[in-house]
Amino acid sequence: MADKIATRQAYGEALVELGKEYNNLVVMDADLSGSTKTGMFAKEYPERFFNMGIAEQNMYGAAAGLALSGKIVCASTFAMFAAGRAFEVIRNSIGYTGANVKICASHAGITVGEDGASHQTFEDIALMRTVPGLTVVNPSDAVATKKLLRQIVEMPGPCYFRVGRAAVPVFYSEDDEIVLGKGNLIRGGKDAAIVATGIMVSKAYDAAEKLAEEGIDARVIDIHTVKPIDEEIIIKAAAETGRIVTAEEHSVIGGLGDAVAQVVVKEHPCKMAMIGQLDTYGESGKPDQLLAKYHMTADDIADAVRKML
Amino acid sequence: MDIRELEKTALDVRIGVIKALSNAGSGHPGGSLSIADVVTALYFNEMNIDPGNPGMKGRDKCVFSKGHAGPAQLSAMGIAGYFDMDDFTANLRKMGSIFQGHPNMKIPGVEMSTGSLGQGFSAAAGMAMANKLDADPGRIYVVLGDGELQEGLVWEAAMSSSHYGLDNLVAIVDHNGLQIDGRNDDVMTVNPIGAKFKGFGWNVIEIDGHDMRQILDAFAKARGCKGKPTVIVAETVKGKGVSFMENQAGWHGKAPNEEQTDQALKELEAAKAAIG
Repeated sequence: MADKIATRQAYGEALVELGKEYNNLVVMDADLSGSTKTGMFAKEYPERFFNMGIAEQNMYGAAAGLALSGKIVCASTFAMFAAGRAFEVIRNSIGYTGANVKICASHAGITVGEDGASHQTFEDIALMRTVPGLTVVNPSDAVATKKLLRQIVEMPGPCYFRVGRAAVPVFYSEDDEIVLGKGNLIRGGKDAAIVATGIMVSKAYDAAEKLAEEGIDARVIDIHTVKPIDEEIIIKAAAETGRIVTAEEHSVIGGLGDAVAQVVVKEHPCKMAMIGQLDTYGESGKPDQLLAKYHMTADDIADAVRKML
Repeated sequence: MDIRELEKTALDVRIGVIKALSNAGSGHPGGSLSIADVVTALYFNEMNIDPGNPGMKGRDKCVFSKGHAGPAQLSAMGIAGYFDMDDFTANLRKMGSIFQGHPNMKIPGVEMSTGSLGQGFSAAAGMAMANKLDADPGRIYVVLGDGELQEGLVWEAAMSSSHYGLDNLVAIVDHNGLQIDGRNDDVMTVNPIGAKFKGFGWNVIEIDGHDMRQILDAFAKARGCKGKPTVIVAETVKGKGVSFMENQAGWHGKAPNEEQTDQALKELEAAKAAIG
């Protein structure tokens, strides 16, 4: 886990690669192409890049029109303005029509950092999960971002793809298999399972390593596809460990924790705890300071596991 | 079709609207009747379409952004032969039917599911952008209500359409002056509509939306305009063609009862006979 790369950076690079292969791939942005990294695609394929200005609703509405005309559209802005501001356009013009639009939202969660609460989204996964037919993907590192972006571009239909601002550890290798809709077992374990998504996967791994020193054997699972969720890997974890801690850089309401709980209560009830933003707003600060203050660190995950044992 | 035939067809479109809404027991007659002449001109004169091949390459497309007036579009499409007209008039708004309360892409020939105001405009702009990219000759027509102009999204779409020089996009504003809660001017002023679009960089054409000659001329002028999108502001009468519905905001979202239906159909048939 040497390198640290922001998933948005990997997203920008992957778009350029995919643009080469798919000449019907169109990219849109709402005046944030430097931050979301779509600017890399814009430089390479200016005729297939549309800056829609600071007007996210219209961007996603027009994205639907482009997609219904045969384009694969990746439309980016910050998660707050994608899932939040444009929610109803996404629901009615993209979800309901099944338009082939990939809502590629960057700067999700508290690691937005210094911009503060107005830009720190904890609600996006919850909102996007409720839209029928929308696939929801939250890659955990740069490798997963590239591999999953390719798969969602190749999959017809709408998708919400969440990436972050902060540089995070790269723990997958190019040879690792990462398949849309299938959870990845990162580490085996029988005492408890830590089911994580996005940038919290590497923290879950760190937590499991700490716990191992104490003789606690924790399993770590990466749920990069929050919807449709891999029920099998969760049921197996519930059955074999009896304890699940979920970890997400998102509200504990409506996100991965709830998605996992829905599977568990239906198929194999077990003890659960949820690590995530606790029904409150964030504030300005450095990403690591904020993750610590709002209880989303490896130590917080490890504590949650210990409390269950 | 010549002007007289188009005028008669517009009355048939209105008859279809009344029958469908009467059978449905709910829906929006006022705004469907006000836009009926424009819709007729689109489907029977202006647009390059093939009802037998709704997915035809290079076709023109019509997006009904004022989705609540969809019955006008569907009535015209039924007459044009996209689907069985009787199925539409009998089953609009009924469970299990493809004819949903607002236009839906399950219906052959409907290019965009609409109903949430403003969104059809953005989608139409996206379609026009795609056609520019592909050098597709198809033109995009989007029908907006005047109350709909109160949605901020409309002006986002207007701004981007002009920025990208979408001269293959034509917006038609059905300016009947009324919305659910009353007059536009009392609820939220939308005038001056033409000046607003002009300020956004659009080619503006203002017409009597019930004068078939003016409607056809406006579409022809729009085709001749290069480098910017065109808006046709059609001055219309809500409920046009049915005496007791005309200029009544109360008929925005209410179906006629049996007696009212008979009266409406009688008036429309008489108007048709008068054309000869």
